[in-house]
Amino acid sequence: MSPQGTVTVSAGTGYNFAYLDEGTKRMIRRAILKAIAIPGYQVPFAAREMPMPYGWGTGGVQVTAAILGAADVLKVIDQGADDTTNAVSIRRFFTATAGVATTTRTAEATVIQTRHRIPEAPLTEGQVLVYQVPIPEPLRFLEPRETETRQLHALAEYGLMHVKLYEDIARHGHIATTYAYPVEVAGRYVMDPSPTPKFDNPKMDDCPALQLFGAGREKRIYAIPPYTQVRSLDFEDHPFRVQRFDRPCALCGAEGVYLDEVILDDAGGRMFVCSDTDHCETRRADGHTGEAA
Amino acid sequence: MIEPLLPEPLLPETLLTVEGLTKRYGHRLACDSIGFTLDHGEVLAVVGESGSGKSTLLSLIAGEVAADAGSVSYRMRDGATRDLATLSEAERRALMRTDWGFVRQDATQGLRMAVSAGGNVGERLMGVGDRHYGRIRATALDWLARVEIAADRVDDPPTRLSGGMRQRLQIARNLVTAPRLVLMDEPTSGLDVSVQARLLDMIRGLVAELGLAVIIVTHDLAVARLLSHRVLVMRSGRVIETGLTDQVLDDPQAAYTQLLVSSVLAA
Amino acid sequence: MTPLLAFEDVAKSFTLHLRDGAVLPVIAGATLAVHSGECVVLGGASGAGKSSLLKMAYGNYRCPQGAVWVRDGARVVNLAAAAPREILALRRTTLSYISQFLRVIPRVGARAVVEAAGIEGGLPLKVARTRAGDLLSRLNLPERLWALPPATFSGGEQQRVNIARGLIAARPILLMDEPTASLDATNRAVVVDLIAEKRAAGTAILGIFHDADVREAVATRIVDVSAFRGAMAA
Repeated sequence: MSPQGTVTVSAGTGYNFAYLDEGTKRMIRRAILKAIAIPGYQVPFAAREMPMPYGWGTGGVQVTAAILGAADVLKVIDQGADDTTNAVSIRRFFTATAGVATTTRTAEATVIQTRHRIPEAPLTEGQVLVYQVPIPEPLRFLEPRETETRQLHALAEYGLMHVKLYEDIARHGHIATTYAYPVEVAGRYVMDPSPTPKFDNPKMDDCPALQLFGAGREKRIYAIPPYTQVRSLDFEDHPFRVQRFDRPCALCGAEGVYLDEVILDDAGGRMFVCSDTDHCETRRADGHTGEAA
Repeated sequence: MIEPLLPEPLLPETLLTVEGLTKRYGHRLACDSIGFTLDHGEVLAVVGESGSGKSTLLSLIAGEVAADAGSVSYRMRDGATRDLATLSEAERRALMRTDWGFVRQDATQGLRMAVSAGGNVGERLMGVGDRHYGRIRATALDWLARVEIAADRVDDPPTRLSGGMRQRLQIARNLVTAPRLVLMDEPTSGLDVSVQARLLDMIRGLVAELGLAVIIVTHDLAVARLLSHRVLVMRSGRVIETGLTDQVLDDPQAAYTQLLVSSVLAA
Repeated sequence: MTPLLAFEDVAKSFTLHLRDGAVLPVIAGATLAVHSGECVVLGGASGAGKSSLLKMAYGNYRCPQGAVWVRDGARVVNLAAAAPREILALRRTTLSYISQFLRVIPRVGARAVVEAAGIEGGLPLKVARTRAGDLLSRLNLPERLWALPPATFSGGEQQRVNIARGLIAARPILLMDEPTASLDATNRAVVVDLIAEKRAAGTAILGIFHDADVREAVATRIVDVSAFRGAMAA
């Protein structure tokens, strides 16, 4: 993180270090500190207009900008991949405005901004995972009134969240929510983990890294401090379960990881590969191979 | 005359005491110093025309609208009588979703329209911490049967149910936690006559069976006669006349009540 | 012996607010007692206040002047001053009323209507069920109708359900307003017998019977209500 009180202007761009002015960063850091102090609670903040459209990670970018220091090493992933448009754009944005080092290696990064995934490699103390969040309010789809959802959070009335899971089971025979699967943080607030697959939910629990969530359009920040209990909601007779894949990664042979389906041709050919590109490449570099490699 | 058979109040103890309840909207008095008591198992009808303040009275009692003056006291399940204004928001809401029910005229206000019938009934159970899907669903099915909604509709959202079924679903949704007091705001208006009759008969049966105390707001004197022990006639925010239901309807004293009674079309 | 039911200097008038507050006097100075085992029949011209007296005895009409005493076990209650809850309690335990018309309850079968009245009057379910069947049989209501809601019955059939309802429980006071009006001779005779049985069981009966034969058969005493008009100021 950048040292307090220093104003740095990145060479060439004319922008302040990491784009945002220091006053704004301070405002965002205050929101982050509050979010860390109240795990899972959505802290409102005065989100700024960013040079990218809503839905492209304006919330995550502001959080990253507020915590980034000159010595940080930044990794950006989108759906687990370092090489997709969104990830590449954000990485370039911070390279240009902050001049920080970037990496695709999870283990080397100090700050990881993510959309829709948690890396397969275990996160470590000192790392910060920044999530891009489109809709921070887990109760919204059942209770559209913001005044009411705030009350429900304040009073910890979360029966409604189970109504959603009930509906899933009633309709599909099992809890069909696979993304944005609601969690209870530190035994208190129910939180939307952003549209990560529920496969990643267990990684949030007791995680050594700090997890920060930024929603730009909705102007909310929330957090899971390191080593916090994160429990996925469920029913006694329909316990929480992660997706299982009945084959290993076609490229690196990894099992127990989240796989993406890749369509190979028009004849129905397809394969399943690691969604986490860094994880896959690291394994292949170490000599692991899958059936398609 | 009279006497649709009504259940005996089980415990002739005061359940609810309303005193001096007053609400002003600008210069208009929506409720002017309304007071009454309600016993366990007693059914009170509040009748009057639109704008008489009867629905406001219900909102005031439920604490959904803040009163300008007056109080509502309730004998809680632990036997202690509490002034509802002194309850914390958490306590008030807990009371509302366990020991009280509120059946609305407009089902879209009383139901979650995007949630299945079973989910609507199960919500209160999940709200009080039941986390067993099978048990919640079994209870929901049981209650749907009691309000004569076929089991194969359990996964239909209210948008696919008829008006009468929606009202019955509201009743099931409210009664699933065995409340002792149910507020009903014109539960049968806007329904076909035959559908109304079925609903009224069902309410009547459930009230008798469960020993519910009910405050039912209605402009329909026939509803008041069929369901209630006592009636409160309201006009312009005031109680004009009150008493035994058949006495008020068959021997009305106030000019307004006489007008109301004489305005009913005989079938 | 104290009467089970007694009117004491009762006056009743109706103020018709919709007719510029016209006051319609009905009855005044009515004093009348009905003892156990008696069947007092109210006589007098139409409009003399017979029905009003009955309704005051049931708490259906208010009694603004005088007192209506009802014996309830060991105590005597003035119905004219009783709270609604007290009146409802008395109707369950003490007062039975048979009107000219059955107010139908939707969707409830005839036998169930009668049975429910018995249960409300304190009978155990089994007894109420048996007695409901017995009464409907005696009143010649065909058994095929028992399960049907009375809404579609003829006037006479509905009235027989109504009578069975009023008689099933053993309440000490029985009020009857023209119960036989829509019945044929056979069923009128059944009602006469039923009334005699109630009387023999100690019930105090106050009724209105326009049919002269029935009146003669059931009355132990006839009271001309017109006499109570004399005391009226008008």
